[in-house]
Amino acid sequence: MFATTVSSGVVVLVGAVFLACAVEMVEALTIVFAVGHTRGWRSAFEGVAVALLALAALVAAFGPALVHVPLTTLRLIIGGVLLIFGMQWLRKAILRSSGLKAKHDEDAIYQETVRELQSATPGTGRDRIAFVMAFKGVFLEGLEVVITVLTLGTSAHRLGLAAIVATIAVVLVGIIGVVVAKQLSAVPENAMKMSVGVLLVSYGTFWVGEGLKVRWPGNDSFLVAFVGIYAVVCWILITMIKPRTSSSSVKVGA
Amino acid sequence: MNNEQPLVVRLLKGFGMFWWDFLVGDTPELFVAALVIIGAVSLLSEAWHANTAAVIVLPVLAVAALTISVKRASDGAKRK
Repeated sequence: MFATTVSSGVVVLVGAVFLACAVEMVEALTIVFAVGHTRGWRSAFEGVAVALLALAALVAAFGPALVHVPLTTLRLIIGGVLLIFGMQWLRKAILRSSGLKAKHDEDAIYQETVRELQSATPGTGRDRIAFVMAFKGVFLEGLEVVITVLTLGTSAHRLGLAAIVATIAVVLVGIIGVVVAKQLSAVPENAMKMSVGVLLVSYGTFWVGEGLKVRWPGNDSFLVAFVGIYAVVCWILITMIKPRTSSSSVKVGA
Repeated sequence: MNNEQPLVVRLLKGFGMFWWDFLVGDTPELFVAALVIIGAVSLLSEAWHANTAAVIVLPVLAVAALTISVKRASDGAKRK
């Protein structure tokens, strides 16, 4: 039996960081695979390495600075950012689940990236296009990981735990990605995005309240109530907007 | 020309564009909603000391904002 008690806040933190990082890693890996298979792995790996260095520099620059911001202010700002970010994720996931928006298809993204890369003529020496594509893919998706880890980690005073969970998620998805080659489309990305959205909005709501000195009933435990409330709201919204017949399903822009 | 701008200006522009896309993007209504939520809860909690009202209003406004945004997108999609 485990003698230690784990607070509900920690469980939500671990879940949010793990799922968010896994989703972003799937997206980055799809681009890197497309670049590697089409233009060769050397430039792809160089792009990945430089992107990781740039991300590490960002963490080194902003991570320690965040620790010095007063906790109430930090929670209000981060809560606001998470509230917006989470609602954006939920909105997309709800529209996708109801069939009103095309699902994120890793196979289609892979094929599109390959087509784009094949149409560009390779130069001599370093393949600049492949390098830039791999760099952008990893840096932009990685930036979302960094923001998620820094915001959730610092606000909960568990930056170390958030970083460890993020590393595990990234390594795990990386290993699975390499093992299954490029079949990342099998990952239930929309369901994961829906879960992350629910967790981010829950954290956002909780911390905006904390930042504005709202006293939540049951303190941290109220986070779990938020998770339940937002999950039910999502289910209601999907049911509400789902087209009655499949022929009427249409797509909205990304 | 874009390339003639100093590196610092281009970096700052890129940084600003990233945050604009990240927070506003194609859902400005959610950004505005977050500001309204913060303003309303700030009034309730800090100015009027109405904690119970703040506990209720915060998630209710977030749900309302999400519902309006989803409804707008779905209506737009169905009209097409």
